Amino acid sequence: MDYHNKLCTQIRDLPRSGIRDFFELVIGRSDVISLGVGEPDKSTPWPIREAVIRSLEKGQTSYTSNLGLEPLRVLISEYVEKQFRVTYDPKTEILVTVGVSEALDIAFRAVLNPGDEVIYHEPCYVSYSPSIKMAYGVPVVVETREENQFALMAADVEKAITPKTKIIALNFPTNPTGGIMPPEELEKIAALAVKHDLFVFTDEIYCELLYDNRQHKSIVEYPSMRERTVLLHGFSKAFAMTGWRLGYACAPAPLREAMMKVHQYCMLCAPIMSQIAGIEALKMGASAYEEMRQSYEMRRNIIVSRLNGMGLHCFNPGGAFYAFPEIRSTGLTSKEFALGLLEKKSVAVVPGNAFGAAGEGFVRCCYATAPDLIVKAMDLMEEFVNEVRK
Amino acid sequence: MIPMDPLIQLLTLNSNRSTAELAGILSLSEDEVRRRIAAAEADGTILGYNAVVDRQKAGQSGVTALVEVRITPEREGGFDRLAKRIAKFDQVRECFLMSGGYDLAILVEGKDLLDVANFIAEKLSTLGGVLSTATHFQLKAYKQAGFLVNAATDEERLPVSP
Repeated sequence: MDYHNKLCTQIRDLPRSGIRDFFELVIGRSDVISLGVGEPDKSTPWPIREAVIRSLEKGQTSYTSNLGLEPLRVLISEYVEKQFRVTYDPKTEILVTVGVSEALDIAFRAVLNPGDEVIYHEPCYVSYSPSIKMAYGVPVVVETREENQFALMAADVEKAITPKTKIIALNFPTNPTGGIMPPEELEKIAALAVKHDLFVFTDEIYCELLYDNRQHKSIVEYPSMRERTVLLHGFSKAFAMTGWRLGYACAPAPLREAMMKVHQYCMLCAPIMSQIAGIEALKMGASAYEEMRQSYEMRRNIIVSRLNGMGLHCFNPGGAFYAFPEIRSTGLTSKEFALGLLEKKSVAVVPGNAFGAAGEGFVRCCYATAPDLIVKAMDLMEEFVNEVRK
Repeated sequence: MIPMDPLIQLLTLNSNRSTAELAGILSLSEDEVRRRIAAAEADGTILGYNAVVDRQKAGQSGVTALVEVRITPEREGGFDRLAKRIAKFDQVRECFLMSGGYDLAILVEGKDLLDVANFIAEKLSTLGGVLSTATHFQLKAYKQAGFLVNAATDEERLPVSP
């Protein structure tokens, strides 16, 4: 059969994630120290796992409301209010999803007509551009730069706005850079969204993981933003719950209703076990992650000082758990660097260009890894860098 | 509650880190780390260092008992003088003043049941002021000093993920 011509062209022409290619090189090697993951190195806190075991013993294995369990939505509403100082009605404005990935997908599908443009920033998580394309939108990239500590500059956003622009998509702190937004730029972007009557989708998945005593500020908090914002958040990173696939979207009722329709037909509901885990996680609140956050901050200090010490310039990321050192001084491309480091020293990092062209010249090193392994990986990386420079 | 000094906190989690590693984590110089540790040792903030060991795996024989001790408080000093005296025996690994139905909880180690029994009968019970003892022998360890004993290693993670 001629699969090539029978596949949907839209999907056929999507590139595979660069991470996927790299994953296949690493898999099957047992000796690798991996700084290539995008998740915490700890399992989900025990009280959360224990609550789910108990629910299974009780036989809680059914479908839930399409929207998600009501007690979970109530807790989400309280948590979001505390975290972002914005109130959402659990009945009409909150939808529980299968991770933020699904929330993002259904939000794009609910809003975009073919040809509508979405402004997003790169380097970024791998699914933004494909998700926009799968919703028949047009991705419009704005690069974030190291000189701005990978914050998104409002002036760059303004240049990208056209009459077809419908959405600005934000993700701060950012995977893979660890960049955060200075409030003054965020405020300007909010003003642009209001001026041009745009939606803003803000993926807040790393918002709990901020360092140096920073307080998180979301774009939804600015005047006239709540009505045009879809706030996307989930449990994966802060609560170490990546495998549970649990996220949520908060949005004004008409938007939530449109998203609910897509979710209802393609997903039905998030798994009940995961939702029960989410209830327990939100009951624990910050106590579930504060210790992990502090330990990430210590690990960040180790990795950033070691990277700079070996001559790989690395800015001090304000959030998430990624260091994003520049490797141009070695004369290698991102891919050559990552491949060489893997082959010669058995250390896995992810080439920066897997996160968009703007990531070329950088590699992503996840520091949600045990400190002694970070130190060992840095020793090996230093050897590699010295050998390459000789 | 005053948060613990981050250096001390790190050492309570793992006292086996090198000075260089601690310096890296805390963004301090190695000299500063050494100076602070020496100061904490000198003023008794740090009492000592132990490896937490699964005794069965280490092949160490011996028994441990939790002994509940009731004692008579004294006019001056309350329970302190006698508690400190009891704590000084090498066989006593831990010694705490407790609220509730007895006064001191002590952890006693010996090479076998008889050894512990002799210590209690001959040394502990005969001390002036000791009213009674109740001895509970440990049968199996599941968690020690915050570490699970014989825990299954963590589940596998993908080596590279987005």
